[in-house]
Amino acid sequence: MTTFIATIEHVIKGPVWGCQDCGQCVLHSTGMTCPMNCPKTLRNGPCGGVREDGHCEVKPEMKCVWLKAYDRTESWPLPSSWKEEYNHLRPPVDNRLKGTSSWKNFFTKRDRWTPTGWKNTTDESIEVGQH
Amino acid sequence: MSTLEHKLTKTSETVFTAEFHTLDGNGLEKAKKYADRFRGWFDGVNATDNTAAHAHVSNVASAIAMKQLGLEPILQVVCRDKNRLAQQADIMGASMFGVENFLALTGDDVTAGDETEARRVFDLDGPQLVRLMSTIKRGEYMSGRKIDPAPHMFIGAVENPGAPPFEYRVQRVAKKYASGAKFLQLQICYHQDRLEKFCAGVRDAGLAGKIAIIPTIILVKGASALNFMHNSVPGIDVPADQIARVEKAADPCEEAYLQTLEFAQHALAQPSVRGLHITDFRNDETLERLMTDLGRVRQSITSEVKENHAYSA
Repeated sequence: MTTFIATIEHVIKGPVWGCQDCGQCVLHSTGMTCPMNCPKTLRNGPCGGVREDGHCEVKPEMKCVWLKAYDRTESWPLPSSWKEEYNHLRPPVDNRLKGTSSWKNFFTKRDRWTPTGWKNTTDESIEVGQH
Repeated sequence: MSTLEHKLTKTSETVFTAEFHTLDGNGLEKAKKYADRFRGWFDGVNATDNTAAHAHVSNVASAIAMKQLGLEPILQVVCRDKNRLAQQADIMGASMFGVENFLALTGDDVTAGDETEARRVFDLDGPQLVRLMSTIKRGEYMSGRKIDPAPHMFIGAVENPGAPPFEYRVQRVAKKYASGAKFLQLQICYHQDRLEKFCAGVRDAGLAGKIAIIPTIILVKGASALNFMHNSVPGIDVPADQIARVEKAADPCEEAYLQTLEFAQHALAQPSVRGLHITDFRNDETLERLMTDLGRVRQSITSEVKENHAYSA
């Protein structure tokens, strides 16, 4: 059943969004642009190598994934709560989820698991450390 | 507390940092030679991590050598070559030798280097690496395993004010600040208007005084280096008139220096800017000239300080 759901998800999201089956989908927060198509698989915005024409450092023929994400977040009629999430810090990828269904991981909340050290480093704990 | 941290958090002094030269064969001898040029001028020197995706002496080994040679290292950690386990090991290893300044970068892609067949890692990205550094600083590894005592760390990051999407770059600064970055070295930007907007944006976002902006300037000998950066380094655009200015000058070498000096003075005049990061591609007496022209007085290193810095030399 699990494999079946993952297959359905792949068949739908692959052609439409270029889904790479990371199993922890963040499309809604990235202007419906899959960050796993960035050659560096960056989850938190563009690197410093974006070319003058807005194309990718690694694949000059491709527009930077994060430029696309930014433009779409600004211009597409997406829910405001999704747009707000654009600037959230997305946690490191959980490599164990590769190839699994992000739909299932969403409903079981498995995709929101983060390592203890990461979880304990809250904005507040950093703020305290900065004064 | 490192000199860099002290100056940036406890004083309003302008700081100067520099990029250490890459080391290959006979590395320690060369490190000594470079350290003699840099000593007394800089508040921190970047121990680079396989710059432009070329293999060199490691960042950690360079940083330790710098400590021994009386420089204050800033350990660069890039995301291209190592996963989070190895990055944590490097941070802890450098920290064991007294390194206190850390700089998180996403890093150039392997395609920028000379071993383009290598696997790119990017297990973490730049902002996540800043957050990981904050986790270690708090006394835990990513897993939550305790580090007691926690290492003393002064954390920085990098941003490119000259690459699209320009208006979004400031939001990335905010993200890196929220993750724990206290200083931000900028990539070289030959568009003064872009730097102006970026620095004003940092100020308008309420981040002035919270994160120290340190723009980069580069000492080059002539137009060929500018052309190289423009044509071969993604993310760096050098306007044609800036290249022509050096190319057509009666003395291109002198003009290149004057151009660098102007960019340095312009950068220092921007809001939120607390210092300059200098990359020296000339390797001549102009480094000293630039520092003097910018009003910097070379600090003498007393034997006592030398002793403190000399871990085992």
